[in-house]
Amino acid sequence: MNLTVNAGAVVLASEGGAVPVVHPGAADGVFSLLWLVIALPLAGAVVLLLGGAMARGALDRVGHWLGTATVAGSFALSVALFVSLLGRSEEERQVGQHLYTWFQVGGLDVGMDLLYDPLSALFLLLITGVGALIHVYSIAYMEHDPRRRRFFGYLNLFVAAMLVLVLSANYLGLFLGWEGVGLASYLLIGFWQHKHSAAAAAKKAFVINRVGDIGLSLAIALMFATFGTTDFAAISAVSGEAGQGTLNALGLLLLLGACGKSAQVPLQAWLLDAMEGPTPVSALIHAATMVTAGVYLVVRSNFIYELAPAAQTVVVIVATVTLLWGAILGCAKDDIKKALAGSTMSQIGYMMLAAGLGVAGYPFAIFHLLTHGFFKANMFLGAGSVMHGMDDDVDMRHYGGLSKYMPVTFLTFAMGYLAIIGFPGFSGFWSKDKIIETALAENLVVGLCALLGAGITGFYMTRLMLMTFFGEKRWSEGVHPHESPKLMTIPLVVLAALSVLGGVLLLGDFVVDFLAPVTGVAEHHEPPLAPIAITILAVLVVAVGVGAAWYLVGRQAVPREAPQDVSFATRAARADLYGDAINDAVVVRPGLHLVHGLVTFDRVGVDGAVEGGSAAVGGISGVLRRVQNGFVRSYALSLLGGVLLVVLALLAVNLA
Amino acid sequence: MAFWILAPIMVVAALGILFVRKAVHAALLLAVVMISLAVLYAVLDAPFLFAVQIIVYTGAILMLFLFVLMLVGVDASDSVVETIRGQRAMATVLGLVLGLVLVTAFSQVALGSAVGLDEANAGGNIQQLANILFSRYVFAFEATSALLITAAIGAMVLAHRERLTPKPTQASLAAQRMRDYAESGKHLGPLPSPGVYARHNAVDTPALLPDGTASEASVSRVLAARGTVRSAPAFADDIDEVRRQLGGGRSDAAADPDRMPEQSGKAGAPASTEEDVPGTPGRSSAPPLRSSDEQRPGDPA
Amino acid sequence: MTNEYVVLSAILFTIGCVGVLTRRNAIVVFMCVELMLNACNLALVAFAKQHGNLDGQIAAFFVMVVAAAEVVIGLAIIMTIFRTRRSASVDDASLLKY
Repeated sequence: MNLTVNAGAVVLASEGGAVPVVHPGAADGVFSLLWLVIALPLAGAVVLLLGGAMARGALDRVGHWLGTATVAGSFALSVALFVSLLGRSEEERQVGQHLYTWFQVGGLDVGMDLLYDPLSALFLLLITGVGALIHVYSIAYMEHDPRRRRFFGYLNLFVAAMLVLVLSANYLGLFLGWEGVGLASYLLIGFWQHKHSAAAAAKKAFVINRVGDIGLSLAIALMFATFGTTDFAAISAVSGEAGQGTLNALGLLLLLGACGKSAQVPLQAWLLDAMEGPTPVSALIHAATMVTAGVYLVVRSNFIYELAPAAQTVVVIVATVTLLWGAILGCAKDDIKKALAGSTMSQIGYMMLAAGLGVAGYPFAIFHLLTHGFFKANMFLGAGSVMHGMDDDVDMRHYGGLSKYMPVTFLTFAMGYLAIIGFPGFSGFWSKDKIIETALAENLVVGLCALLGAGITGFYMTRLMLMTFFGEKRWSEGVHPHESPKLMTIPLVVLAALSVLGGVLLLGDFVVDFLAPVTGVAEHHEPPLAPIAITILAVLVVAVGVGAAWYLVGRQAVPREAPQDVSFATRAARADLYGDAINDAVVVRPGLHLVHGLVTFDRVGVDGAVEGGSAAVGGISGVLRRVQNGFVRSYALSLLGGVLLVVLALLAVNLA
Repeated sequence: MAFWILAPIMVVAALGILFVRKAVHAALLLAVVMISLAVLYAVLDAPFLFAVQIIVYTGAILMLFLFVLMLVGVDASDSVVETIRGQRAMATVLGLVLGLVLVTAFSQVALGSAVGLDEANAGGNIQQLANILFSRYVFAFEATSALLITAAIGAMVLAHRERLTPKPTQASLAAQRMRDYAESGKHLGPLPSPGVYARHNAVDTPALLPDGTASEASVSRVLAARGTVRSAPAFADDIDEVRRQLGGGRSDAAADPDRMPEQSGKAGAPASTEEDVPGTPGRSSAPPLRSSDEQRPGDPA
Repeated sequence: MTNEYVVLSAILFTIGCVGVLTRRNAIVVFMCVELMLNACNLALVAFAKQHGNLDGQIAAFFVMVVAAAEVVIGLAIIMTIFRTRRSASVDDASLLKY
């Protein structure tokens, strides 16, 4: 593209509005309170985590309410901001707020800038809204945990970091939030660190996320080298100038970051283990918000991806693989949370797929992200409620017939179930259908994979429902399932309602139009089939999946112990499709060998040289120090030797 | 002329310092070198230095050396064994090389004929020296005065010994004496003076106690250490010898301690048992006798 | 003429040197130091005559003064050492070592 800087933006904008330039306006009115959205949970985290021993007793009593109140306050503010934004004309729906100069080094001037646009607005509502509900839920869920105050401190920290992530106006600020949520995720996965599995899972999540973070930080460095800035606005204005190779490299590096955070193949291995954390954490961080940060990153970087078709193709491939990978994992897991985690992975694959499809897909990626945030949070909280009633047992083979004993949990879970499998009318139906439709329009193979994924989703979610709520009781002895307290069921009801009604966002293409200032307006591609045909096809595929599940699971009794004489596919799926084995073989073991080699080299080579040198010096010194024998006459002798040398030197100089 | 006479003397004397074993001899040899130097100064038209060399060096400094030697002990002589391995050989080799190099170098230098000091010494050497000393070198001169004062103070500080106990009075010394006698039976009275009951009154002759035994306490420790103390039996032998020469066969039982009947006085017993020299001729060691024979101050023959 | 004096001076200096290195009685070592100083003085006085300049004699005079001060302090130190160690051997004071 041989375009000049100024013309580039204009031409790009006029080319079907492919890449809209970010051009935030000044923050006035209620928008001047934008910073408060972040500050509230941050203040909550500071008070809860750093509140000294003096206030500890009081904080232990009211800390959870404080933590909930800050997030609820942020939610109220987000709603106000959202309403204000709706009141503005489409061109003015981008608001920037400069808080202070973060740092200034040479030519790099990074401000602590916030950017509030339709994309951030939706994320704000999701994070603070679902976050507040999960905080309320956690009050009851964590009631008997002695460290509940710390838990709420971590949750607040997470919310604050996530808000920084989605509100920052430059990549460095985004990176700050990115690392912040990584930290909070680590702390919360390992919250019960007395369990070895939890501590190991936290470490695994942290390490794998670091791999992705390297990609993101390299991308930021490359941006600075290429564009001299990390601002969304500045880069979106000049991104057309960069070479194709640079843009593709940027896209791939950003994708690496997104893969780490969003558990996409090949960095998917940590998500299932992350279920060691408390269930509200799984719902908030590892289903609704943090794991979708990768999708946010790709959508936010649309001004790069739109110009980097190769990177976009890779995004689509990664997303499709993950979509199927996660779905297959979900089919074989007996741990209810791990089954849901596999489902999460698969659904994020859908979002990534949509994001990789370009302008046409961005709104549906975000749309699916929102609806998924509702119904998956709903189901995770429901799973938590079930575990609460089943004495923290997570094995679905020990459940069965719970629908009578936990009616509220069952009904709300059912809403989430219907939403995720795409039952017509429920939120998931609208969002997933749009993605499949767009994928089919772009590429037949990818579209068919997405369709297949929908079928598998129907299968594993039905299996989960059947094993948990239907069939005969397979409970352990001494377990008395009961409905959870109000503080837990109310968020479930709210989320269930959202799961059902989330589809209204698509009424009159609201989401698409609302996000247009960020994502641009897509040219219309004609899908190979009529949209209605695709919808019917998708519903049929899901129905097949549901039927298969009923045929395989619902018809017969579920054994209490997992059968071992199973097919290779089941064994592979139970073993996370050998994701850990692959990691071990490809990364861990060569790494270990490398480290062993380096250690050996260090010990023999470097240490040998260093210690040999010091030993040699020490040995020579040990001999030389004998020269200082304490006898004055001996010193005088060396003095005489020196005199002789000087005299000889003088003579030599004079005679020469 | 004077140079060719004095130079060999000086070199020989200086070499002597290297080889003599007794420090006193070294000091005397050094005096020879210094006086010879003084003479050479006179030859070199430096009468003031000639005087100073003799007065200050030979007169004061060497006397100081001898004084300290007396304090330290005249007989303190070097042992011949070298304690530092290779020191003597290396010192000799290096010294020889240095000497050879210097001698060769200096004898090769062509200095030309001497200017002589007749002109510079016009009006008297001392006056001219004073002229220079108090004009051009006045600051150096003043600095040396400060140096000398510092040296004097330093010497006093070094030689000073802090008194830790009160100075003993005559009364306390007497009390101490009585206490010692009561506790350990140490002899109360004054030490026997040499030769009081002996047939000889030289300082190296021990006194004879009332029981006839010799008291080592009556002679100087230094003499005892040198082995030059004469024993009473030796004198007795001498007396017998003289008597035999005179032809008399009389023997004086009282004079011969060996044949004296055993008789112990209360007062003399501790001193005699502790401090006696070997009494019998058979037990008395030969070397002291021999050395005392050689150095006998004067025989009453 | 001066050459002979200087050669004599060098010989005396060397003898003093070797004496310092080989003798162990501190007082004798000190005497050898004095011998070296005197050897230097001889050279100075000889050069004074060679050049017809009294500065050499002045320098010799200063050397004597300094030597006097040195002897006073040195002998005091020897006395102090002797008082505490009952020995005048320079080799006995050899504790300050490796």
